[in-house]
Amino acid sequence: MTSAIAVDRLEVIFDRFRALKGVSLEVEPGESFGLVGESGSGKSTLLRAIAGLAPVASGSIAVNGKMLGVRRDKAFYRDVQMVFQDPYGSLHPRQTIDRLLQEPLAIHGFADGEKRIERALDEVGLGNGFRFRYAHQLSGGQRQRVAIARALILEPSILLLDEPTSALDASVQAEVLNLLEEVRRRRKLTFLMVSHDLAIITHMCERLMVMQGGEAVENLTASDLVERRVTKDYTRNLLRASEGFVRTA
Amino acid sequence: MSVGTIQSRRDWLLSERPASRMQARLGRAYVAWRRFSANRLALVGLLIIIALLLVAALAGVLAPYSPTFGDLKNARLLAPSAEHWFGTDDLGRDIYSRILYGSRWTLYVVILVAIIAAPIGLLVGTVAGYAGGWTDAILMRITDIFLAFPKLVLALAFVAALGPGIENAVLAIAITSWPPYARIARAETLTVRNSDYIKAVQLMGASPFRIVLRHIMPLCISSLIIRVTLDMAGIILTAAGLGFLGLGAQPPLPEWGTMIASGRRFILDQWWVAGAPGFAILIVSLGFNLLGDGLRDALDPRSGDQ
Repeated sequence: MTSAIAVDRLEVIFDRFRALKGVSLEVEPGESFGLVGESGSGKSTLLRAIAGLAPVASGSIAVNGKMLGVRRDKAFYRDVQMVFQDPYGSLHPRQTIDRLLQEPLAIHGFADGEKRIERALDEVGLGNGFRFRYAHQLSGGQRQRVAIARALILEPSILLLDEPTSALDASVQAEVLNLLEEVRRRRKLTFLMVSHDLAIITHMCERLMVMQGGEAVENLTASDLVERRVTKDYTRNLLRASEGFVRTA
Repeated sequence: MSVGTIQSRRDWLLSERPASRMQARLGRAYVAWRRFSANRLALVGLLIIIALLLVAALAGVLAPYSPTFGDLKNARLLAPSAEHWFGTDDLGRDIYSRILYGSRWTLYVVILVAIIAAPIGLLVGTVAGYAGGWTDAILMRITDIFLAFPKLVLALAFVAALGPGIENAVLAIAITSWPPYARIARAETLTVRNSDYIKAVQLMGASPFRIVLRHIMPLCISSLIIRVTLDMAGIILTAAGLGFLGLGAQPPLPEWGTMIASGRRFILDQWWVAGAPGFAILIVSLGFNLLGDGLRDALDPRSGDQ
């Protein structure tokens, strides 16, 4: 069986800064894979490189067995979609939700736009009442739901999630994560999810990769993480840090 | 209309849950209008411009005399009176009528320049800003070259090359006034091109053409409208300046700048001949400036929740 995403020795260089130093990764179809690491570890860059938003210097990326070139074709975007970190920045400020959702349908020439938009809004738990609002009339959680609806409307098989909940407060975070879980189960999606929150990753993902300084540190399963079966010091530190502030004395 | 229906219409416009595309759009326009109309001076500007439009449309009905034929025998250089409100000029023509007809030429110049220059500036700026690299460098250096010339001098050169006349004056002004719009559009484009919402559209597989046209241009348009409105006063003055120098509208066309030029010879004794069109230019320029200021408050994307 071919992997949903296969990344081989990927290098990304911004100007002269090596953001990714030969990272390899394989994600099976239907799997939920996590990328963990501190800020600047290259996890978001890896995601953006797969989406075609970062300059790839060398290495290869294959999606569903198909090698990707420098230019992505339209079929790629119907297979892979992304949800951005900041729901306040990822929706066009001058477009209604309706316009926003119509755009991908128009680009890919879907005829039954009306129905799809209604269905997409229903699926993410936003009724039709939200359809003609502007982004500034929505809360952070609602915006992120719209962003998810937009990503799902092309019916992709792979969803790239770039810290989809880190800009939201705790209760809304749980709602959005549950929504993501639900759509994954219903549509049998493959997730590649970036987070710096180990709790979210253990909750959402079956396997994960720990990254530091543009390199892969180690590959783990979620149960490894729960049972602390880690081999590298860096991961151990990360685990300790994620337990939060401990008051001594 | 009763108070109740007005209230319910307002609620419909300001609804947080618009039920149709139309309602969302109207609601947005209404919010902008409320912000605009809160500014009294902007309303004055708008009234002046509406008056200019009405006068231009109804010049034939409003004007008591012909703008081009005067009574050379009895009516030369008469002071303002009940019969000739703004007096008459050296050819015995009624200045009031000429100013009414002249508003058409003013509008003609302003609208044509805006229609030619603003889209050129918008296109050059957004394409340069979005494409970056070589395209950006080449387009912006061309813009710089145009920007380096003094506006009136370049316009003079164009008119000298193309021949005097109001059409050529319009062309000359348009050619010299697009660079600032390109600059604004590029700056605006640079601030949004790396934003997530543009990345999201790229990720849908949209072509660069579509992104510039449908996602970036709408964001640039409001600051461009503001700038164009504020520039209109300058355009009127440049057109009047060209007319005054004899390179714009040619007599007997009742263009305001040309009228001032012909009144120059007797400006001390018969001040109204040059004074009346000068005053008209002043009022209309003021109107456009006030309108532009008001639009800035109403449309500026950085203010309020737009």
